[in-house]
Amino acid sequence: MSFQLICFYAFAAITVGAALAVISVRSPVHAALCLVLTFFSTACTWLLADAEFLAIALVLVYVGAVMVLFLFVVMMLDLDLDPLREGFVRALPVGIVVAVVMLVEMLGLIGVRSMQLPAPPEPAAAAGMSNTSWLANALFSQFLLPFEVAALILTVAIVAAIPLTLRRRTGTRTQNPGRQVMVQARDRVRIVKMAAEKPAPAADKTGETTP
Amino acid sequence: MIQFNPADLATMLPELFLLGATCTILLIDLFLKPTQRDVTHWLSLAALLATGVLVWRDAPAQGASIAAFNGMFLRDGVATVLKVFVLLTTGLVFLYSRDYLRGRKLFVGEFYLLLLFATLGMMLLVSAGNLVTVYLGLELLTLSSYALVALNRDSAVSSEAAIKYFVLGALASGLLLYGMSMIYGATGTLDLAKIHAIADFSANSPHRMLLAFGLVFLVVGSAFKLGAAPFHMWLPDVYQGAPTAVTLFVGSASKIAAFGMTWRLLDGAMGGMHVHWTQMLGVLAVLSLAIGNVFAIAQTNLKRMLAYSTISHVGFLLLGFVNGSASGYAAAMFYVISYALMAAVAFGMIMLLARAGFEAEEIDDFKGLNQRNPWYAGVMAIAMFSLAGVPPLFGFFAKLMVLKAVIDAGQMWLAIVAIVFAIIGLYYYLRVVKVMYFDEPHDATVLELPRDRGFRWVLSLNGLALLALGVAWGPLLDWCDRAFAVAALIPR
Repeated sequence: MSFQLICFYAFAAITVGAALAVISVRSPVHAALCLVLTFFSTACTWLLADAEFLAIALVLVYVGAVMVLFLFVVMMLDLDLDPLREGFVRALPVGIVVAVVMLVEMLGLIGVRSMQLPAPPEPAAAAGMSNTSWLANALFSQFLLPFEVAALILTVAIVAAIPLTLRRRTGTRTQNPGRQVMVQARDRVRIVKMAAEKPAPAADKTGETTP
Repeated sequence: MIQFNPADLATMLPELFLLGATCTILLIDLFLKPTQRDVTHWLSLAALLATGVLVWRDAPAQGASIAAFNGMFLRDGVATVLKVFVLLTTGLVFLYSRDYLRGRKLFVGEFYLLLLFATLGMMLLVSAGNLVTVYLGLELLTLSSYALVALNRDSAVSSEAAIKYFVLGALASGLLLYGMSMIYGATGTLDLAKIHAIADFSANSPHRMLLAFGLVFLVVGSAFKLGAAPFHMWLPDVYQGAPTAVTLFVGSASKIAAFGMTWRLLDGAMGGMHVHWTQMLGVLAVLSLAIGNVFAIAQTNLKRMLAYSTISHVGFLLLGFVNGSASGYAAAMFYVISYALMAAVAFGMIMLLARAGFEAEEIDDFKGLNQRNPWYAGVMAIAMFSLAGVPPLFGFFAKLMVLKAVIDAGQMWLAIVAIVFAIIGLYYYLRVVKVMYFDEPHDATVLELPRDRGFRWVLSLNGLALLALGVAWGPLLDWCDRAFAVAALIPR
């Protein structure tokens, strides 16, 4: 058994175990962390298959961005998962049927692939370079124009999002630090000059003031 | 390892200039107060004008098609003509809509920026030499259009129109992509000229079915974008719901670009199968003519009526393709240009009559316009007669050229159907004229014209141009003919 094969079995076992943990642990935060582990070990198996670009993209995009966002959301929401778990046993037969059908489909696909003629060599392998640099070369030479146009489309999305979503609400209370700093005593306290008033004469017991 | 040819940048100089100008305007607009928005307006117009000059100046010589970025981008006669008119009609949109937008609190920098980005998308679309560029150019155009339709977000009608436009547009893009993927699967290339060379549609070809399905999806996707029946459902709602300034854009400039895309895909890539797609387009054309003209009769809303009229005009436009030859495409291009200029007058008139809080989009709002302002009633009448195809106006010769191409193709029955429906269509155009000249106005006061003098002058000129081009249509048709004659000479 070669070292690569041992690694593959190890990563695959961790992947499956972590995936099972995603749906079985109680805490949603732990489930999200297990999903991170699943993605990470999947990326490791892809690395073994010489698909390092996909592996890096998976770690950067899903682990680095999507799952972190997910964790934030999960932590911020007060989730009560018990009602969600109640139907677990009842839904189990349907789940098993779906899983079996998917397994059969995958095995069928693998069978069809193995019956076909050997696939043509990958362009990256044929050129003798890693597929990351091959992709980069294709993207920035042959497909440079589409790449830049795609960037433009993202710019349009940003520009379009602003008029469609930005609302200036009236009546919200906000602080203006500039004005707070500039404030002076005379803005806060008004000193009013008044003629001194004598207290009412003590002889007047009724408490009424005389005009 | 990285191949990059600096001459490629010179080939797409107009697009690069427009991109640079748009980004500059984006930055300048950030620092403007709402009262200074006119600066954005004039800068955008200047950017369009300069881009137009660059397109005109760098027009390729007769017979030349300059490719850049590995054939992703083509500059040929067709692209030049279409770009000039795309820029012209977008300029008209800017000129006509300033007062309208100001009256509706829509006079914002984003209107100009999104329109400029959409213009860039249209320029890429009509110059595309690769399925990827076609798709990305189209997305740049349509994404900007969705946002523009939804710009008036406090209006429920507007939001509904935007949602419908977005969902159906996304569906159409999906269909188009599906067809592209099938064609890629059958030919192994994304380059339009290479697909044209490789695509094998003979009876014993192993990829026959795949190519046929791909072709059908391309036709459906293009028909969606053009608004041909039975893929026209979005058109009336979008025309009615969008702010009139945006309707003007969707109805004029983007139709020119959609024509360019259809031509690039069907003739550029699938030209070897034109026997098959001309039949499909024939069916689409007849359905569009029938549905457009018949449903337009029942409309009381002028914008909706013009939407159905667009559908019927798209039917005519597709008839030009039925010929499958350079003269047919030239007739179709002539037609789409004439339609864009006529629609600009019609929607411009709606904006001329509109006030703050009053849209002037019902046909009844035009009642007795002749008594209130004879000059603009005349301009509107010219537009209506031209849309109906009454000689000696521009629209008549456009219809004539298309019919000539159809008869040349030996499809006499299509020509007869087109004429019958054009005559049915006369009714609803003439109804607008009748309402303007023979009905009593709601208020007999003299029409209060917008303060924007440029708008009034250009609208009048645009109306007169329909008359002038109806008399002297030769040079424009000649230009369209030359563009396609050049394109036909390219060795495939």
